Amino acid sequence: MAEVSMTVNGTPVSGNVPDNTLLVDFLRETLELTGTHVGCDTSQCGACVVHVNGRAVKACTMFAVEAEGAEVATIEGEAAPDGTLSAIQQAFQDHHGLQCGFCTPGMVMSAKALLAENPKPTEAEIREYLEGNICRCTGYHNIVKAIMAASGQDVSKIAAE
Amino acid sequence: MPADGGIGASTKRREDVRFLTGQGNYTDDINIHNQAHVFFLRSDMAHGKINGIDTAAAEKMPGVIRIFTSKDFEGVGGIPCGWQVTDRFGEPMQEPKHPVLAEGFVRHVGEPIAAVVAETLQQARDAAEAIELDIEELPPVVDMAAALEEGAPKVHEDLSSNLCFDWGFVEENREAVDEAIRNAPHVTTLELRNQRLVANPMEPRVAIGVYDRADDEHTLYTTSQNPHVIRLLMGAFVLGIPEHKLRVVSPDVGGGFGTKIFHYQEEAFCTFAAKAVNRPVKWRSSRSEAFMSDAQGRDHVTKIELALDEEGKFLAIRTNTLANMGAYLSTFAPSVPTWLHGTLMAGNYTTPLIYVNVKAVFTNTVPVDAYRGAGRPEATFQLERVIDKAARELGIDPIELRRRNFITEFPYETPVALTYDTGDYHATMDKLEELADLKGFEARAAESKKRGKLRGLGVNCYIEACGIAPSNLVGQLGARAGLYESATVRVNATGSITVMTGSHSHGQGHETAFPQVIADMIGIDPEQVEIVHGDTAKGPMGMGTYGSRSLAVGGSAMVRAAEKVINKARKIAAHLMEASEADIELKDGRFTVKGTDKSVAWGDVTLAAYVPHNYPLEELEPGLEETAFYDPSNFTYPAGAYACEVEVDPETGKVDVCSFHAVDDFGNIVNPMIVSGQVHGGLGQGIGQALLENCVYDDDGQLLSASYMDYAMPRADDLPFYSVDHSCQTPCTHNPLGVKGCGEAGAIGSPPTIVNAVVDALQRAGHDVTHIDMPLTPARVWAAMQG
Repeated sequence: MAEVSMTVNGTPVSGNVPDNTLLVDFLRETLELTGTHVGCDTSQCGACVVHVNGRAVKACTMFAVEAEGAEVATIEGEAAPDGTLSAIQQAFQDHHGLQCGFCTPGMVMSAKALLAENPKPTEAEIREYLEGNICRCTGYHNIVKAIMAASGQDVSKIAAE
Repeated sequence: MPADGGIGASTKRREDVRFLTGQGNYTDDINIHNQAHVFFLRSDMAHGKINGIDTAAAEKMPGVIRIFTSKDFEGVGGIPCGWQVTDRFGEPMQEPKHPVLAEGFVRHVGEPIAAVVAETLQQARDAAEAIELDIEELPPVVDMAAALEEGAPKVHEDLSSNLCFDWGFVEENREAVDEAIRNAPHVTTLELRNQRLVANPMEPRVAIGVYDRADDEHTLYTTSQNPHVIRLLMGAFVLGIPEHKLRVVSPDVGGGFGTKIFHYQEEAFCTFAAKAVNRPVKWRSSRSEAFMSDAQGRDHVTKIELALDEEGKFLAIRTNTLANMGAYLSTFAPSVPTWLHGTLMAGNYTTPLIYVNVKAVFTNTVPVDAYRGAGRPEATFQLERVIDKAARELGIDPIELRRRNFITEFPYETPVALTYDTGDYHATMDKLEELADLKGFEARAAESKKRGKLRGLGVNCYIEACGIAPSNLVGQLGARAGLYESATVRVNATGSITVMTGSHSHGQGHETAFPQVIADMIGIDPEQVEIVHGDTAKGPMGMGTYGSRSLAVGGSAMVRAAEKVINKARKIAAHLMEASEADIELKDGRFTVKGTDKSVAWGDVTLAAYVPHNYPLEELEPGLEETAFYDPSNFTYPAGAYACEVEVDPETGKVDVCSFHAVDDFGNIVNPMIVSGQVHGGLGQGIGQALLENCVYDDDGQLLSASYMDYAMPRADDLPFYSVDHSCQTPCTHNPLGVKGCGEAGAIGSPPTIVNAVVDALQRAGHDVTHIDMPLTPARVWAAMQG
């Protein structure tokens, strides 16, 4: 067992967990932050993407103890305290960038990391960046469109609805 | 777009807020106090005889509560099959028992043999490793043709062979079709494989069994598209728990695509074990387990022959298919290659004679069942591919050949048992030619050529039978269930409305779209309407969501219930305004007396129903809540025309999809934004099938594509922006909303479009290639180019 402490969405947290506890399980099971999802066991699907010290990380690829002392951001911290959606979240709703919602937290966290390093990505850059996030519902059309819109680009020419 | 958020408005989805903020309530997000965890020890061989299972050492491992094997399930039923197909000799299909835990034999990789219930999942997994299995490996059968050979090893030792059934449709047409093909001026033949796929909803399956000993009540939380169906199948056929003691809850479900329709062993196990150990028992599938335990899709090997006259009129179709059932019959498996496939072989065309033969085969592989489209993609793929091949052989433009054979008069009775109520196939094709700028193709091909790329154009049509299904008809065809849908419309005292629907939303947006319908009928704000689904304790018996049926069947039930509510409310309004009921009109949320300025608001009428002081109590009960069960009188028939352009790299065989245009006729549309999203998703899966996805077993029955490292799921950079259009609308004539269903169209229509386009590209470049089996990987395309 290991004692682990970190800051999650601005709040200091700690727990006593088995040494081999993954960060994603620490978030989901110990902290009950179930917005971060587990969609595979090979670090391919990206449903568990969170930010660790400002970088997008698949939370299934690191142990909780490796995040000792880190600043972790999850989907639960994305909206404003009054519930107002962030620009990326709002764009996903406005452009129907989600259906079943299971991949969505990871998509939003990946999109946030992308826009932090590339504020006006092209369609191709977005598609390439999302290589590690799988969505089975949307065919990606509206996800790509939503991220372009969130970055302030005009998406009105991209297909109807 | 209507400003009021009613029918026709692209209303933003209300469910998005919880999904976007991490507040969704998926089954794995549920933890029950004192729950234990189960890990299934699964077979690592495709076929074997179980000589012994020694759990003694494992039982002593830390945290282990109990270990279960098939011995613990004596007297418990097998997982039932919900559809019995009768073969062409009038005999029922062979139907082997599908045990909860393997009994005597293992028959596919991934079959659960033993189940360890422990305090933690890790303890359960560790203990499973300490179970000693004595399994004698038997020769497996993987290939369907080999499975049917004389003397082939049998998947089920107690069955006469590996043939589940030999189905002919329409059997009476068999000789006439043979003769028509023998005498036809031209016959185009195509042999193809519709490869096995894995549905892969992003949320793996989860089941939590809970038992309340005090009240002898069971609850199952499960990732299902149809919780009532699970309650019926599991309660009545497996565990013997009556409905009033069994509650099944399917909360937010992260995608289904068919594979979450079926009743699975893990659901029965968790429900059973929760009582046996008197603790809640939770199972969460890993993705690796999902690959070897979720029912898989497609897997047909087909030879199709199309007979034509000199002018290209279709004379007859004969198609012979081997359909892989896997090792056991999953819930609706027998219906997929038969009634959901054979009945679609007329497509959009007037072919007068059709004969379909399907031999369903048991193999030592994971069971196969419905996956998005379910039988209809298999029918569409072979039909639209053979038409394309025929067009090339006859030197007729592929679009022109299709147009010459379009059905143009409705209703139209096909030779394969369906009656299309409405459609306009020329209109969708006209629209496609315009939107896809087909006239500009040659210029684009020339531009591609300058860049060293081979450009191809693929065009095809599709039709599907949705809104599944008329109960009396499917009963005759072998369904062991009705396929109606239910809805309860509960009007609350202040006028807000709660709708309990038997439909289940796992991405389709019912919580947004269904209120649009109710709001339109009454003239109130859609925000006043709430949808409740996914819990057998909350709504009437419902059949769930699959086969693009939610709005066509579930929406119709909701409309019928709302009509009953409005009729009663009209009586109350008449009483309140001392007017004749016949003179009462409902508009914009107010009842008015025709020709007067008298009116009463919706909310005042609903309040009167629950506070019946001034109320016709002698004639009318208080309250305002009605239930309707809607059984469709026919299927619905969405249809469309698709076009895509691809570029093939002649050096590598890599295919890029440059554009994809989908023109669909879905009849009336409630929320265009959601409809487009459904088409996008279907296209993503259809293009994924055409180019990337393949579920592969080796000769030993080992699953080679058992993770996202090996099974090529479409990524964002594999797919283009799509152009979708649903402005061609011939409303369904037999349901109250005039809707047809849109969930599967993209996955049905798009695989042949891609293959047609790649074949076109190669032929334009002088390669004598008439077909490549999916997925069109660079290796396969390159090999085809080398001859």
